[in-house]
Amino acid sequence: MKSNKIMGIIFSNMHDECMGELTGARTAGSIPYGGRYRLIDFTLSNMVNSGIKDIGIVTRQNYQSLMDHVGSGRAWDLSRKVGGLRLLPPYARLTGASADDHVGCLEALAGRLVYLQSVDAQYVVLSGADVISNIDLRDVLRQHQETGADITAVYADCRRETPGRDVSTVEVAADGRLTDVSVNVSTTGNHKEFLNIALLSRELLIKMVNEGYAHGKASFTRGVMQDHLQDLKIYGYESTGFVARISGMESYFAANMALLNSEARAQLFPAERPVFTKVRDEVPAKYGLKSKVSNSLVADGCVIEGELENCIVFRGVRVGRGAVVKNSILMQDAIVGENADLNYVIADKDVVVRSGRTLCGYTSIPFYLQKGMSV
Amino acid sequence: MTQKKEWIAMLLAGGQGSRLYTLTRKIAKPAVPFGGKYRIIDFPLSNCTNSGIDTVGVLTQYQPLQLNEYIGNGQPWDLDVMNGGAFVLPPYQRSSGSDWYTGTANAIWQNSGFIDRYDPEYVVILSGDHIYKMDYSKMLEYHKEKGSVATIAVLNVSMEEASRFGIMNCNPDMSVYEFEEKPAKPKSTLASMGIYIFDWKVLRRYLEEDDADRTSSKDFGKNIIPTMLDAGEPMFAYPFEGYWKDVGTIDSLWEANMDLLNPTVPLDLYDPSWKIYSRNPVMPPHYIADGAVVENSMIAEGGDIWGQVDFSVVFSGVTVERGAVVRDSIIMPGAVIRAGARVEYSIVAENAEIGAGATVGCRPEDAQDKDAWGVAVIGEGVHIAPGVAVPAKALVDQDIKGE
Repeated sequence: MKSNKIMGIIFSNMHDECMGELTGARTAGSIPYGGRYRLIDFTLSNMVNSGIKDIGIVTRQNYQSLMDHVGSGRAWDLSRKVGGLRLLPPYARLTGASADDHVGCLEALAGRLVYLQSVDAQYVVLSGADVISNIDLRDVLRQHQETGADITAVYADCRRETPGRDVSTVEVAADGRLTDVSVNVSTTGNHKEFLNIALLSRELLIKMVNEGYAHGKASFTRGVMQDHLQDLKIYGYESTGFVARISGMESYFAANMALLNSEARAQLFPAERPVFTKVRDEVPAKYGLKSKVSNSLVADGCVIEGELENCIVFRGVRVGRGAVVKNSILMQDAIVGENADLNYVIADKDVVVRSGRTLCGYTSIPFYLQKGMSV
Repeated sequence: MTQKKEWIAMLLAGGQGSRLYTLTRKIAKPAVPFGGKYRIIDFPLSNCTNSGIDTVGVLTQYQPLQLNEYIGNGQPWDLDVMNGGAFVLPPYQRSSGSDWYTGTANAIWQNSGFIDRYDPEYVVILSGDHIYKMDYSKMLEYHKEKGSVATIAVLNVSMEEASRFGIMNCNPDMSVYEFEEKPAKPKSTLASMGIYIFDWKVLRRYLEEDDADRTSSKDFGKNIIPTMLDAGEPMFAYPFEGYWKDVGTIDSLWEANMDLLNPTVPLDLYDPSWKIYSRNPVMPPHYIADGAVVENSMIAEGGDIWGQVDFSVVFSGVTVERGAVVRDSIIMPGAVIRAGARVEYSIVAENAEIGAGATVGCRPEDAQDKDAWGVAVIGEGVHIAPGVAVPAKALVDQDIKGE
């Protein structure tokens, strides 16, 4: 076993249920975000930028788009002879009707122990795929070793105006040790939110998985963090940079719009820790003679001939002459026809809005057009 | 053991491109950035892979570091194949001595060992300084149909331009009877595009003979082609229709970039069946701020635009600060245009910085001396201090400090 070597496990389906229509045909990890990314890119890039070379992605259902996206892992330099990216899908059993319907991370890992045992890493980072941040996990390891913790859980000080779904919060003592863990809280205001990222030794994780299996415990947060709060040293690591957690359409919209702030972009996309994603080989964006653009993020491959204001525009989008798009998210290859008028719209991949159409939502209820829809 | 290939390509990428002056001071011409995210060599490399050629030897000599790194294992062009792929071929030492590449034909001859390993029927010779999309497989079909041993792609140019090119004089069946390099009085307007397909066995013989001739300048246009014609080898011109541009000068490089903004120019980069591949920068989408004005321009990812950009090609990671104006210009990767600066009819190379309130270049109508007007060039990494005025047509390769 190599000392200080870390492996990563990503749970790509975690919290799928909270995302509503966004996960209709994809995992939480493959939700498009920020003009050219999928949520899982942030977790994968954090791990890769922290020197992690063995990464397993646990999938449960709807994972075709995810496989499409990550491929062999080359975009993250994870297409390796030794280690690299490993997809850990469920496998059908003879007796069960369907494959494994795991609900928690512990349960999911019970079915993937062989992988966990096969990598010669000393530590494991467990992570969901629904958090958008740029965290150097080497700092987490440093603190983990300095405090002599058994488990280090990453949290951030967050403020919620409305209750989020599937939110776990922690209480942290002055020395950094966790004194309380609450699952599924519906609080508003300021609290310390667990980012579903935890670091622990591989040995301890295997022990916890086996123990959890024997006692019918599915969830890592409940079965390990809550149940062992006293007898294990569980410390918190505070992430202070940009953090966004997607749990539904409203937070999805807000998390995208947050990128229109330069400071937020600087925190999420520092030059020394780039965020990798699948390469599409698109032409740079092209702006027409009468285009008018303000406060917007625009990816390669777009042809913008109309007007954009406060928009996140993904790769390959076309906005026709005279069209006015405000406060909207246009995903990959969406087409907005001439003189169309959109406000507070989230158009999923391949959506077509015909010429002259008017669509309008509101901040808290953006108008969502599902993948491939034609209006 | 390598498997036999029907055809392979050899890409001549060793030229200095001295007429690009400061732009090629540290990099070879084929590595010069083009079109917002590409480098010139992306065009022939992408043409190869799109035409079904999976083995490309890239002959480098002048300032090869950046080019070698850029090509790498050829993966961005899908050329990281098991048998074949992209190979960077610099001159090397042999037991009987060593030599720089002394001419285009000599460069190929020095690598005949590389070509022989694949035992190809045909070799495509390309150069790394042209912007165009071309299906070489159609040219190969033509080569076979005509029973040609040497086929040269030609472009129909105007009579005025013809004396700047190598001109192919052809019979009605397109067989070539004469080749004239930059003729003062051209007899035809079919200009060689520097794209050749040869039967390798035949070419190999001519290269060997030419190598032994100490008076030869070891050049395809000057030596190999005329010698083959004199010997009566069947040689045909392959007429190409479409966009093709030699970007060997500051003016032509500037024009070719501007052509991308012109919807009537027939160079479609958006065709999904003929993508131009490149090594993609890892950067977020570009941001256009409130108050920015962006019109008729191309902007790549990673940019941060707060000022005005008009009729310009802006590469990845470029910053244009508030109040800055960029017009009719090419801003290469990582360059910074500080607040209130004005850049017109200019090429600003990689990582250069134009200080606040500085001006670079000017519009032809604003020039005091119309004859002295031209595109201004700021070299790689050059810093122009705030408030400095760089005149039109200036070629700046050293920092300019303020008073």
